[in-house]
Parts: sequence; C-alpha cells; structure tokens
Amino acid sequence: MINQSLKNLSQLLASKAMSSVEMTQTFLDRIHQYNPSINAYITVDEEKSLAQAKAADASIAAGTATVLTGIPLAQKDIFCAKDWKTTCGSKMLANFIAPYDAHVITQFNNVGAVNLGKTNMDEFAMGSSNETSYFGGVKNPWDLTRVPGGSSGGSAAAVAARLCAAATGTDTGGSIRQPASLCGFTGLKPTYGLVSRYGMIAFASSLDQAGPMAKSAEDCALMMNVMAGFDARDSTSLNHPKEDYTAQLNQTPFSQPLAGLTVGLPKEYFAEGLDGDVAKVIETAIVEYKKLGAEFIDISLPNASLSIPVYYVLAPAEASSNLSRYDGVRYGHRAAEYDDLMEMYMKSRAEGFGEEVKRRILIGTYVLSAGYYDAYYLKAQKIRHLIAEDFKAAFKQCDIIMGPTVPSTAFKIGEKTGDPIAMYLQDIYTIATNLAGLPGMSVPAGFSNDLPVGLQIIGNYFDEARMLNVAHAYQQVTDWQTAMPKGIA
Amino acid sequence: MALDNSDIKRIAHLARIEISDAEADKTLSKLAGILTLIEQMQAVDTTGIRPMSHSQDVVQRLRDDVVTATNQREAFQANATAVEGGLYLVPKVIE
Repeated sequence: MINQSLKNLSQLLASKAMSSVEMTQTFLDRIHQYNPSINAYITVDEEKSLAQAKAADASIAAGTATVLTGIPLAQKDIFCAKDWKTTCGSKMLANFIAPYDAHVITQFNNVGAVNLGKTNMDEFAMGSSNETSYFGGVKNPWDLTRVPGGSSGGSAAAVAARLCAAATGTDTGGSIRQPASLCGFTGLKPTYGLVSRYGMIAFASSLDQAGPMAKSAEDCALMMNVMAGFDARDSTSLNHPKEDYTAQLNQTPFSQPLAGLTVGLPKEYFAEGLDGDVAKVIETAIVEYKKLGAEFIDISLPNASLSIPVYYVLAPAEASSNLSRYDGVRYGHRAAEYDDLMEMYMKSRAEGFGEEVKRRILIGTYVLSAGYYDAYYLKAQKIRHLIAEDFKAAFKQCDIIMGPTVPSTAFKIGEKTGDPIAMYLQDIYTIATNLAGLPGMSVPAGFSNDLPVGLQIIGNYFDEARMLNVAHAYQQVTDWQTAMPKGIA
Repeated sequence: MALDNSDIKRIAHLARIEISDAEADKTLSKLAGILTLIEQMQAVDTTGIRPMSHSQDVVQRLRDDVVTATNQREAFQANATAVEGGLYLVPKVIE
C-alpha cells in the first residue's frame, strides 16, 4: 500500500478496501518505527491525524470525497497549521503554536486530506542538507550516513521512506528539487505566484514558493490541483486562471508521446563541476526522452554563473528583513535575562537563531545598509533581470529546458558544514529558476553508486501541466520513482 | 569589500544580534569567502538594465478600505512570553 500512487490510494479508500483511519494508522506506525533513525518528522500528533481521518471516512461514505480526501500527507514545518507546533526548524519558534492555518494547509483541509505531521527542515529554510535544523539532522533513507538534501529534508526523507503518501515542501533556491534529486522522487517548484505564501513562514519573499514532493509527476499534479490558486491574502499571489494540472498527462502511453517537443540543454549546466557519473545518468535519461520523440538542442544561459552571487545578495537581504520580526516581544524565543529592551532583542536573537541563519542575516544587513544598497542589492536585482532574459531568449528556441538537478549525489553528513560556499554550490543548477520565477522540477533519473540522481526540467512561466506530462511520459517507460530504499520495508 | 571585526560588530548591532569578539572573528573568516563570491557581480555591465523583483508585470493589488479582520487577541497572545491586560510586556523604554 505504501508504494501506491495517490490515485490508487484514493481508489482503495473509495472502494472501502481500506479506511482513511486504517491508512493513516499504517503511516503513523511506520513513522513510529522509522522516525527515530531518520528524524524526518519534528511533530506528530496521532490524535489530530486520526480525527481528520475519521472525518474523511465520513465524507467518503457520504459520497462527497475527492481524490485527496483521506490521504495522509506530511507538511513541511514552515507552514503554519492551527493548533500545531510550527517551528520552522528553529529554536526561535521551538514552542510556537500556530494560531492560524497557512493557505496551503487550508486547501488540504478543505479537500479532507490528513495531516500526518510537521516535517524537519533546515532552520528558516536556509540550507541544502537539513543539517542546520535545531531539531537535529535528517538521514537520507538511501544511506543513513548521508544527507537527504535541504531545506525540505524532512519531507524528502518522509517521501523516500514511505512515511507519508506525499509531502509539501518549499523552494527558494532549490529546496524542493535538490532533496528530490538526492532522495529519488519527484518534486516541483511552481511558477512564482501560483501557490499562496500566506501562512508560510517567510525566508526570501521574492523567491519562496511552495510545491509538492511525491513519488511521481502524476502525484505532483494531483497535489498542485489542491495547492495552486489565487489567494487575496498574499500580495504576490497571481490571478492565474484555475488549472487542472493532470489535464495534459497522456492517458495511454503511445510510441512517441513527446513528438514535437524541443528540449534545450544549457551548456553551462554540463560543464566543470558536474560529477561524471551523474552526467552519465542524465545522458542515459536524455536517450529515453529522445525515444519518446523529444528533440534536443544546445542552448546557452550566459549569465548562469552569476546566479550564486546574485542569490547570496538577494536571499540574505530579504531574510534579514523577514527575520527582523523575531524580537521576543509577541512570540518566539525571549532571553531569560536582560537589562533593557535593546539587550532583550540582542540576546533573544543571538540565542534563538543558529549559525547559518545569523550569518545570512549579517550578510543581508550589510548589503542593505547605507552606502551599500546600490552596489549590492540593486546590482543583484539588475543581474537578476539579465538572468531572466537569458531564459526568455532560450524559450524562443525550445519548449522545455533539461539538465542535472544537482552536481552530485547525496554527500556524507558533516562533509560540507565547514565550508558555506561548498554547501551553496549544491544549488548551482536550481537557483536561476527561482531568480527568474520560472517553474522547475526534479525527476528521478537513475542511480550512481546506489544513490539517486535527479533530472531537472525547467519550463516557461505557467507551463507546469506540460512539464508534468514530459516527466509523466518518461515515468511510463522507466520506474525510478517506484524504487524504495533497502531496510525500509 | 574587506571587512574587519568592528564592521561585523556594527552590522550585528544593526541586526540586533549580540555577538562576542570571538564570534565576530569566527564570523569574519566564514564571511570572507561569501563576500568575495558576491564581488563577482561588479564585473558585469548593467548600464540601462532595470532591477527585477517580480517576473510578471504586476502592480500592488489594492483592496477596499473595510474591516475584514476579527479580534483574536487571546489566541495570538497565547504565544507571548509576557502579557498583561491584553498588552505585551517589555522592559521600560521611556523614562
């Protein structure tokens, strides 16, 4: 059951072969068994989950259920969920009980999905390995001595280890796609503005975007149908017409489902820095896509190499602004001793934030400070425009862009914590997508030394339905997304 | 963009984060690499390029000036460290 698609799980419930309570209990039992060694979940509340499952069963009996009704999902601990502890992976919010639901949570509640619990993540979404979490690191289910990726590391491990039917994540520089690649499943970061950020704890407001993390593209499409949509409470939410993301999924596999599709391969994503074995897996995947009818051309994203410096000006700058709300006054950690208000702020923030978060706040504060704003923040915004223009030009020559998601496979725990830049380079292929606001996916494409490798698919604005079908067509002729780690039976 | 220990202390103060001398030194060495990385931007010619903050051509949406929020003070203050009479308590600011 645990390896079934969302559609099949929904069928099990509809046919009464299983109840949502039984399905939820199965996942809760697995969490109980495996979470101590993986640490994917920060908070589990069996009572709440089973109560939701019971309500879902009633809805199924009454005939008012839809495809995700009663399906147990994991929620990244960045989404405020009413009456659930919502920590964002930080000591700062270690005891924060959210008094309201994020839009994403409301959407899932409205269709009767079951919340299995809040998953572990890098602190305030800053990281690529889940090692900055106040609640401890997460282990990659494929190799417990390695990282699952980040910042959505907990959701990633939960999907890979089948501790949920699917999960939500957020992606600011690659935090859905990179863990999807390292843990061998499908993850999608939608076009910026498609999924409301209301109630999603803010890191970098012009880059953050929530998205699905699930075994297959079809599962991601079903999740997107619930997650996407205009929300007036998010000022950056786009009034894009409601879409059915499953609409373009080929119903019957036929010989050349991707005939007529032109795919661009950016030469900058196949250059120095890409692990040779990862490149081989990607090349093999490309052969499969060619068999499905896709045509490949070489393209260039000339400003791609500037993605990292631009991101590490913009994201920390926005983070320094967003995290200034954590002052110990109305919520969050407050120091035990202080002589005056200034000291209260300074001690609370020094104690509540971890090293990486403090580092990024300092960078952000610096680049926004008087005398430096033009040279750094404004300059970065201009180069951001150039990067977006590169993609615009590329999409005149091709429909879809492909490449590796990450330069290598999952690294060992502790391997990159001493060198911030080595960690930042994990996102070298994913970051430009966030800067441009484009949709990006990672699709499992094979293994290198028994570790998962992901293929990245980047689409034009609002092209998620097509991207999902491109991945879906590949997943009809390959089965990487059904592979399960050993020892997680 | 070479920073020194006093720069770090000044920036930390702006960010309202307490930092010791030892921590400032440690931060300085970790930041050095990142700051060099950022300098790469200066080599790019951006004359005449408009800064971009949103990929779509959108403007700030406005709404009617009507009250839509409800009073949830008790629920929101449940997370506060110190409250009294519906107010948040902090050290005295004004003499």
